[in-house]
Amino acid sequence: MNSIIRSLRIKRNGVIPGFGITMGFSLLYLTLLVLIPLSMVFLNSTKIGPAEFWSIASSERVLASLKISFSTSFLAAAINVIFGLLLAWVLERYEFPGKKLVDGLIDLPFALPTAVAGISLTTLYSQNGWIGRLLMPLGIKVSYTPLGIIVALVFISFPFVVRTVQPVLEGMDYEVEEAAACLGATRIQTFYRVILPELLPALITGFALAFSRSLGEYGSVVFISGNMPLKTEITPLLIRTKLEQYDYVGGTAVAAIMLMISFILLFFINRFQWWASNRHKR
Amino acid sequence: MVGNEKRAIRESKLVQVILTSIALLFFALMLLIPLISVFVKAFEQGTGLYVAAITDPIAWKAIKLTLMTIIVTVPINTIFGLTAAWAVAKFKFQGKNLFITFIDVPFSISPVVAGLIFVLLFSTSHGLLAPLLNAWGIKIIFAPPGIFLATLFVTLPFVAKELIPLMEAQGTAEEEAALTLGASGWKTFWLITIPNVKWALLYGIMLTTARTAGEFGAVSVVSGHIRGLTNTLPLHVEILYNEYKFSAAFAVASLLTLIALSNLIVKNIARRKIKQQIKV
Repeated sequence: MNSIIRSLRIKRNGVIPGFGITMGFSLLYLTLLVLIPLSMVFLNSTKIGPAEFWSIASSERVLASLKISFSTSFLAAAINVIFGLLLAWVLERYEFPGKKLVDGLIDLPFALPTAVAGISLTTLYSQNGWIGRLLMPLGIKVSYTPLGIIVALVFISFPFVVRTVQPVLEGMDYEVEEAAACLGATRIQTFYRVILPELLPALITGFALAFSRSLGEYGSVVFISGNMPLKTEITPLLIRTKLEQYDYVGGTAVAAIMLMISFILLFFINRFQWWASNRHKR
Repeated sequence: MVGNEKRAIRESKLVQVILTSIALLFFALMLLIPLISVFVKAFEQGTGLYVAAITDPIAWKAIKLTLMTIIVTVPINTIFGLTAAWAVAKFKFQGKNLFITFIDVPFSISPVVAGLIFVLLFSTSHGLLAPLLNAWGIKIIFAPPGIFLATLFVTLPFVAKELIPLMEAQGTAEEEAALTLGASGWKTFWLITIPNVKWALLYGIMLTTARTAGEFGAVSVVSGHIRGLTNTLPLHVEILYNEYKFSAAFAVASLLTLIALSNLIVKNIARRKIKQQIKV
């Protein structure tokens, strides 16, 4: 490990001590707690052989769960892009009573345990809940349907878009918008041609973070979805179910698929953020 | 910016009111009402039932296990966060971006998978280390140590993620000054670095604590749901809810919600303080 650390270092940063010990401890901790346990999924997946892996991955129930997970996560992230942008805009640019309180509560979904969110939303949106009762005459059922999954995912991933867009809006120059207005652009043209392109990287980052978080979500969805195989069973729940039936092979294979998707998303998000923060620098 | 100039780049009052109303309606529907309903449902059948649900011996055991998990895991991840942030923010090295991405990994993984990986390692029937654990009679999965490990995994990034941007922004000038004046490395760390990052550190610790108390998916996979033994507070909420004891479930849930709300208060204070710090 010492040699790795030495080769990592390009230049000694003056007098500051402790690089060896802090880097060494961090790497050791990450290896023991993250790298080795995660490699277990791939180790166990390779043990079962490609033929069986493929037969598990392409089984009807797994494919259905992936379809449900991807479509609900995508829709939830898209809804959050629209309303997240709207809330960030209203919070940054307009004045209204209770603004500080609203701004402070935006992060609630990150702080609130997912199980609490799950039981609260399920109760609200069920047929005799406060909100579900109003939707019932319209023929809209939320709890125990795919719509319920979307509601839960919108809740848990809500802060991402607001919090990525807010700082960009805050730092935006009014002068650019003034210039557009002086040159005869309408307010809507200014928004589409001037403001939106500037916000786009933040919106895409927010979307990707919300999507990635939604794909893995378990706690809030199990309560509201009703968990019917092929209909409202999300992939994380399918893994859980397989484990409960002592089908460790099947559970691990599905987990391997999810892990690969997570890594691809993580890689994309990090590359994109790096690109977005450096694109104006040259 | 005054008067006419500002008007040219503002929406009309009507548009402002409409946009604000839609935003607030969405906010109320998605966030505010679910939050309020937790407390309303908790007290729906009277204070007596609320108190009974919280003082129930099994609830108490869940509270104790949750506290125990906080005591074990939060200090470890705080130390990790401090060391990782020190290495990233105070030094230049190749692969820094990769290292930061590595710290992010637990955030991007499904909690269920986070639980599964420890089952694959430590399960006494299916785990890689099963022979060793059985020979020594150690139980990790379906026991508190499994809960600690899964929690350590999911809360690993919080402190580091709060500290790294701030410490990078602050640079190394103050530490270098202290060190060249003869202070030891430790003294510099305690007297210069820690006071400079105290709000971010406090907030990181708060986030870690809140997530530890509220983690559901990962803990649910490794715990085995043994009542009074491996039930944390969120798992207790699930059991009560599935037994149709809704008021009791919401009563216990309201405790967790209070933790979440106090977390938000600290977050907002910390955010203001950190903004001031960066401006100065």
